[in-house]
Amino acid sequence: MTARTSARPETPRPAQAAPAPAAPRRRRSRAAGTWYFLLPALALYAFAVLIPSARGIGFAFTDWNGLDLSWNFVGLDNFTRVLDDDQAIRAVRNTLALAVVITVVENLIGLLLALGVHSKIKSRNVLRLIFFAPVVVVSVVIAFLWQFIYTPGGPLTQLFEGIGLGALAQNWLGDPSIALWAIAFVVIWQFAGYSMVIFLAGLQGVPKELLEAGAIDGAGPVRRFWSIVRPLLGPAITVNVMLSMIRGLMIFDQIWVMTQGGPAQSTDSLSTLVYRNAFQYGEFGYSTALAVVLALFVAVISIVQYRMLSRREKK
Amino acid sequence: MDRYTWRTGVREAVMIATAIVFAFPLYILVNMALKPAGDTSSALSPATAPTLANFQEAWQRAGLGGAITNSAIVTVVSVTIIVVVSAAAAYPIARATARWSTAAFYTFMVGLLLPLQLALIPLYQTMRDLGLLGTLTPLIVLYCGLRVPFSIFLYVQFLRLIPEDYEEAASIDGCSPLQTFRRVVFPLLRPVTGTVIILNGLFVWNDFLSPLLYLSGSANQTVPVAIYGFVGQYASEWELVFAALIIGALPVLIAYFFLQRSLIQGFASGVKG
Repeated sequence: MTARTSARPETPRPAQAAPAPAAPRRRRSRAAGTWYFLLPALALYAFAVLIPSARGIGFAFTDWNGLDLSWNFVGLDNFTRVLDDDQAIRAVRNTLALAVVITVVENLIGLLLALGVHSKIKSRNVLRLIFFAPVVVVSVVIAFLWQFIYTPGGPLTQLFEGIGLGALAQNWLGDPSIALWAIAFVVIWQFAGYSMVIFLAGLQGVPKELLEAGAIDGAGPVRRFWSIVRPLLGPAITVNVMLSMIRGLMIFDQIWVMTQGGPAQSTDSLSTLVYRNAFQYGEFGYSTALAVVLALFVAVISIVQYRMLSRREKK
Repeated sequence: MDRYTWRTGVREAVMIATAIVFAFPLYILVNMALKPAGDTSSALSPATAPTLANFQEAWQRAGLGGAITNSAIVTVVSVTIIVVVSAAAAYPIARATARWSTAAFYTFMVGLLLPLQLALIPLYQTMRDLGLLGTLTPLIVLYCGLRVPFSIFLYVQFLRLIPEDYEEAASIDGCSPLQTFRRVVFPLLRPVTGTVIILNGLFVWNDFLSPLLYLSGSANQTVPVAIYGFVGQYASEWELVFAALIIGALPVLIAYFFLQRSLIQGFASGVKG
């Protein structure tokens, strides 16, 4: 995920009035006259994303209810309301907690799976196939499946009882203090294979000779991983952390299917709150303000993270 | 360190055990779908009299045939448009050195940071005013706009690695820019086009939030929405619910099974820096 445009040396542009013969024709790309190739993509992107997003930011300063033709400009009221709204504060907290937990745990598990599969074991292809399978399954299906697994007295509880840990079984999705983590667990289960695949691609880039040299020099497996493999996994870590963080911040499907934000709003995320405010309470203005807050979180966190991780990569 | 030693054997055993635990939910999914109606045995115990009747029943009652057709139409049309317009847009961005091409690149990259939720509601209003709610058109337009930035990003990165020589040869031979792009550049992009198709296809097929909004109240449904509606209606008949869940997951799983190598590669390479 590197945007190297800025690093590209600026070729001197010949002045418009007097085409400088010094800049040889060959060096000016032939693609320069193809600016119109951009138009279809730009039109779709502007119509479906840029303009609606700009209007969304505009709506965030109004009291529009989504139906009436009239609306009033209310300044920052919607945003100050976010700060006063316990439900919104809780959704922000939940969203951040989900994003952090999902990012950390999913990547740790993904890395362990990758290290396990990336070896001489005979079943590695089958194992890879299994671990990655949930990634391609519709999230709604996964969420319903786990909702059933989590039912009180359901498969998970039975499994706990079966191994003599029945006392630890919970009302997984019904207990406000546990439900959020139960949902995080599902997302981690679903996407650990995704992290694994990206780590595997990174591991394939680690030269065998380096590892052999390390082994000859007496470095054990742990030492070899920490000193040789880990530094080379930089790009894979950057990509994985970005992907799982954004997935965590924007999470909707799994929550909406399993709990609809309940019990007692304990699993509301910004996405579910945006949806509920817009389409169940008819508060489009307030809802778009919440969407703007979400957009800010996504933008700020991705940019900060990208800078931090790419700087570390360079070291 | 390349030999299969007892350590490798231990590692293999540990990984297989992990995979079994990992696949436990999938076992529940299949097992429940095979149980005949009214079977109240535990979800853990294997179906004693497995039946396929649930699938037929779920297929008819959930209207999954129509939903799969709709999902297929939306996916194929969106992905085709995304591939064509993104590849075309990436060409001048990667090749032209003028300032507008850098500006265009950053304009598209802003789209990577805008969450779907922000555009969704205003676009909903526009589509309502155009009378397009309940049809597949808003979904296709939305997916195209939404996925173009990421696809352009992939194409640009790939294009920068391809030397310009082929294009120059083509244009010396008298090809117009459009011909050069169609006959020379686009075929060279094949590997990354595969990645673009896979990542976008899966995104579009699995998306739940947008069709939930844009198709609500209409007879048109996509697979995730049809399943969502069906489970809400038949929540007590678990064997039907599970059959429907499997049918919903199956088209992609079948594709996954046959294309696993390129699919996994697509996921991994699509995001390599």
